[in-house]
Amino acid sequence: MATFTLPKNSTVKDGKAHRAPSGAKNVKSFRIYRWDPDSGENPRTDTYEIDLDQCGPMVLDALIKIKNEVDSTLTFRRSCREGICGSCSMNIDGLNTLACLKPIEEVKGDVRISPLPHMPVVKDLVPDLSQIYAQLRSVEPWLKADSPPPPDGERLQSKEERAKLDGLWECILCFCCSTACPSYWWNGDRYLGPAVLLQAYRWIADSRDEATGERLDALEDPFKLYRCHTIMNCTRTCPKGLNPAQAIGEIKKLMVERQG
Amino acid sequence: MSKITDAREAVMVGRRTDGSLVRRPLSPHLQAYDMLQLTSALSIAHRITGVVWALGLIFLVWWLVAAAAGEGPFGKAQWFFGSFLGVLGLLGLTAAAWYHTLAGLRHLWWDSGRGFDLPTTYLTGRAVLIGTGALTALTWLMLLIAWI
Repeated sequence: MATFTLPKNSTVKDGKAHRAPSGAKNVKSFRIYRWDPDSGENPRTDTYEIDLDQCGPMVLDALIKIKNEVDSTLTFRRSCREGICGSCSMNIDGLNTLACLKPIEEVKGDVRISPLPHMPVVKDLVPDLSQIYAQLRSVEPWLKADSPPPPDGERLQSKEERAKLDGLWECILCFCCSTACPSYWWNGDRYLGPAVLLQAYRWIADSRDEATGERLDALEDPFKLYRCHTIMNCTRTCPKGLNPAQAIGEIKKLMVERQG
Repeated sequence: MSKITDAREAVMVGRRTDGSLVRRPLSPHLQAYDMLQLTSALSIAHRITGVVWALGLIFLVWWLVAAAAGEGPFGKAQWFFGSFLGVLGLLGLTAAAWYHTLAGLRHLWWDSGRGFDLPTTYLTGRAVLIGTGALTALTWLMLLIAWI
């Protein structure tokens, strides 16, 4: 059921302010969502003033600077810092993106940072992704084929067949798209969401996969697939420039086409 | 124990450092997200105009029933639709109907598997908005000409 307000224990209060060091000329405020499971309190928004002259260009640089120099309790996921691991996905300035790919200078005014929307919070900017991982597993994102591969080599594809996977294989599973989708917010318990459906289509579109019919059967469900209402927030927010909405559209098309 | 109706309840339970259980907060969604971006704004507007249009048809029924009922009731209906509030409502209804029609065509085009790329999405989105304004104005211009 869609609940538009946050539960009582989730409303965000004002938090602490960490002022910039005196003498800083190029100051930017970062307003960051904080929640500590040990505190017994509601989430809060802490403000950190950062001297941009002493900070790298990306939002992730600022987060790391805060953790290193201002407040070591700030918790967030990060790894590769170059947009390939998908760890630092979060909501920055109202849109989901990767902190490592988001230049600070693109944000006008204060930089508001919160976890991926409508997710259980483990701590600060770290959401619990176990539900979405389980959904990913449910589409069996691996090659399924009954016929054995050629004994002397791998399963071959033509260039055209391989090209069908472009725009699909690049997904890094950061889940910016799924958590940007209002439909996934309200029905995420049964709707698979754009990220998982793009993965499903990645295998449906693969010429080497022989389970297309089976995969479509599994998706033929009013919720799993058809809660997509082409809102397009997914495509709008994807930090890798992919198009989950189109992938879902292709699945819907295949559903109709196979009815003959 | 209350009955769990949403599978996501299972992941709402976390642990404190001492191992005790704690109910996790839900991260901000509508509160944090930019809902005015064209993509989701046009989508929710499509729903709202659909509802408005459906409710507006009640007034059409009233008008027709009033016409069938005789001069007295029809006069009352006519008076209402000619009043400031009535005209304003009809104007809003025209706009809602045009928006819902145009956005519906956009959805139909998407359903054919086309127009999903971001530039086209924004182009068609803006076209729906401009088209709604233009066609509403045109409709009322024709109405006014026919009236006067």
